[in-house]
Amino acid sequence: MSVRFQVNGKAVEVEVEPRLTLADCLRQKLRLTGTHIGCEHGVCGACTVIVDGAAVRSCLMLAVQAEGAKVTTVEGLSNDAELTPLQKSFRKHHALQCGFCTPGMITTAHALLCEEPDCEAARVREVLSGNLCRCTGYIPIVDAVLEARAAYKQKGAT
Amino acid sequence: MKTVNAFIGSPIERLEDLRFLRGRGQYVDDLERDGMLHAAVLRSSVAHGSIRRIDTAAARALPGVHRVITAQDIGAPVPRVPMRLQPLPEFVRFGQSVIAETKVRYVGEALALVLAETPAVAEDALALIDVDIEALPAVADSRTSATDQSLLFEETGTNRAMLFRATRGDAAAAFKDAPYVRRETLRTARHMALPLEPRGLLAEWDAARGKLTVSGGAKVPFFNRRTLAKEMGLPESAVEYVENDVGGGFGARGEFYPEDYLVPFAARLTGRPVKWTEDRREQLMCLNHAREAECEVEIACTRDGTILALRGHVHVDVGAYMRTNGAVGARNIAQFMSGPYRIPHIDIDVALQLTNKTPVGTYRGPGRFETDFFRERLLDMVARDLNLDRVEFRRRNLVARQEMPYRIATIRPFDKEEEFDSGDYHATLDRCLAEIGWAEKARLAGKLIDGRYHGVALACFIEGGAAGPKETARMVLEPDGLYSVYVGSSAVGQGLETALAQIAADALEVPMERIKGVFHGSTSYVSDGYGAYHSRSVVMGGSAMLAAAENLRAAIRAAAAARLACTAEQIKIVDGTAAVGPNGTSLELAELAGDGISAEGAFLNSKHTYTYGAHAAHVAVDPKLGHVELIDYMIVEDCGRAINPLTLHGQAIGAAVQGLGGAFMEHLRYDNEGQLLTGSLADYLIPTASDFPNIRAVVLDQYPSPINPLGAKGAGEGGIIAVGGVIANAVANALSSLGVEPRELPLTPSYIWELIQQAHPSPAGGG
Repeated sequence: MSVRFQVNGKAVEVEVEPRLTLADCLRQKLRLTGTHIGCEHGVCGACTVIVDGAAVRSCLMLAVQAEGAKVTTVEGLSNDAELTPLQKSFRKHHALQCGFCTPGMITTAHALLCEEPDCEAARVREVLSGNLCRCTGYIPIVDAVLEARAAYKQKGAT
Repeated sequence: MKTVNAFIGSPIERLEDLRFLRGRGQYVDDLERDGMLHAAVLRSSVAHGSIRRIDTAAARALPGVHRVITAQDIGAPVPRVPMRLQPLPEFVRFGQSVIAETKVRYVGEALALVLAETPAVAEDALALIDVDIEALPAVADSRTSATDQSLLFEETGTNRAMLFRATRGDAAAAFKDAPYVRRETLRTARHMALPLEPRGLLAEWDAARGKLTVSGGAKVPFFNRRTLAKEMGLPESAVEYVENDVGGGFGARGEFYPEDYLVPFAARLTGRPVKWTEDRREQLMCLNHAREAECEVEIACTRDGTILALRGHVHVDVGAYMRTNGAVGARNIAQFMSGPYRIPHIDIDVALQLTNKTPVGTYRGPGRFETDFFRERLLDMVARDLNLDRVEFRRRNLVARQEMPYRIATIRPFDKEEEFDSGDYHATLDRCLAEIGWAEKARLAGKLIDGRYHGVALACFIEGGAAGPKETARMVLEPDGLYSVYVGSSAVGQGLETALAQIAADALEVPMERIKGVFHGSTSYVSDGYGAYHSRSVVMGGSAMLAAAENLRAAIRAAAAARLACTAEQIKIVDGTAAVGPNGTSLELAELAGDGISAEGAFLNSKHTYTYGAHAAHVAVDPKLGHVELIDYMIVEDCGRAINPLTLHGQAIGAAVQGLGGAFMEHLRYDNEGQLLTGSLADYLIPTASDFPNIRAVVLDQYPSPINPLGAKGAGEGGIIAVGGVIANAVANALSSLGVEPRELPLTPSYIWELIQQAHPSPAGGG
């Protein structure tokens, strides 16, 4: 069946089997391979994308459920010119090693900071606890997200 | 080494991050090819049994299924997974066929491979394969294995794959006269590396050129190429292994697994590209497991705390087959039981017992995590018996700086003599105690504060690195005047490109921007390579690059001399961009690139580096819940020479959290039938962002390794090695008033609660 939604600001129409997950749709049909699949049972968070403003595990959502939605992936939170403040902060704090969990961390952190740019460390840890990382020990990721708050506060103010 | 630059030693932000942060990394599952088939593997749901029938007719009839492959399609003899390390002839009879032939020996063993037009259809087809397996009695633990009542390999008459023995001095004599002896039985549970990216392979067969390309290589692509070429009857030059971005390795990923044969075989059979991507359930039951060991260990000391001797028997549960590096953990348990301590008399034997469980392999700090738990736990028990200060007891027995190089126990069969290379083990211990504020925290030991018992502990470790025999690098002067670097090392997510670019820039005396790229891990880049294991990439690859840089500079001087009509000795290379001859004549190096200037360099090494250090922890234990909060954790290690302090620090912290998973929660559980009970991430728990927020690390480089020109030592495993020991000791210290002595890992809340109940049926503070 056909499903229509927006991905990173662009309207798409995709022919999918009803059982196809949004994660597989993004990767296989739309070739947006920044969204990673780590467990396919909603635990690891590597496939997190932003659907209508909310961080969602795209392995637990069917593509057909995205009908009419606005979907943002890590590619949509990036530009060629330079790293975003959140990405810069990740790099500065060495908040990534193998990079596999990173897209899910970026989307989750972005969704959090858009909603709660004043969140404290405990809240950052709580929200990120739904995303597994096997390399960093999380401490630098939490530090990176905390430092990036400033940019989101400014954004909110303008 | 002379340095004009100082990129080595600087906390350079990583080059890799620019693509990873934008979602532009390219992992193997991101690859697509026209006409590609998708593979799915049917796996045994029976731990031990004889195969009666595999009927694939219904699966083959499913629309979209291209082919189903079983052992019959591969034909006799079915190739086997080789031993890469410790390739002893005794292990051959316990090797794993790449697909089950007549028996299955663990849940997860491959029975059939389905090739279909989509991944979903391939998985649908798995359910249509009719398999009849006659169950045999399962061997689910090493004790049952040792009885030999049910044999995994009947023809061998034994479930014991090997007995390693580590000896030094005369332990029997030392125990005979010892004034104090203590014996303990300690256990570590089965864990796994669990890299976040599941494995994957994409194989392409070019029939016209007789060439096979395998993407998804990692860790040891050159060894895997040799293996695959031999097993497929191809010349090595006809097989190319391509390394993509790799989502974590930790020892487990990149070894030659059954799928490393099956997927390329399928590609050649069908003439179409074939991709296979492991799912998480498959990974939990197919990727190498590790760590499961039971140790009966005995220590002899003087009453004032000088260790005289150590002896013991260890049973390691190696699972169903001996695969590539499956003997390393057991071997290391034997050799490193004594850790960084001066123990004159040692006699440790380690039995490798086969069970109907997933085969084992290396996992970060193989054997060392286990022995640090065994040994450091035992040392604290001894200190308590003899009323010794735990720090002084360790200080008295640590190998001293003046004793370097220090010979350790010798392993039989197979190994050469082994010695620690350099360092001041007391200095890292003292620094660790100072950093955590030991004097102050020690006052909290055993105290009950707000309903929780506080405990502090320390442990020391050594970490081996820099496995030989060789690494190769090649440097090329490009027409744009930039330099490309090729190396036989592999990246598994540890930031290799950045660290090696730093070394290359310093060696060539150019800014890092002039290093066009560090290309690694693919078999087409250099003539030979050994990859990423035993914390070797920076030491071996980096040292090879120094050699290559020197050769390249010599080649540049020679080429410039020919153009400027002078001798090579008269040429000076300025800023890595220009060659200046006598009388001020000069030319841009870019002009020389057309001459095809490149140079290889190699580094050969038969010794190992030993990073070392200490960990200390402060915990609070809730006696009602058995929950432990990690209040503070400190790692101090000396790695000889830090190439990039930013990434090195990250390795230490990340490794510690991985170790805390093993200390507190990770456990691959099986039932008595050999069924894996932890086949999802909801069952196999690993640390999350909220579990262990208080960890600090200090990485020193005060004592360079004398065995390589960089002075660097393998690093990246030290953060995990001491964790189990220090955490168990901290919990014991907290609960010392109750007499609780943990003797196994993981320290789950229920295990701690049970220990408290056994020691003290109604715990204080339980009001």
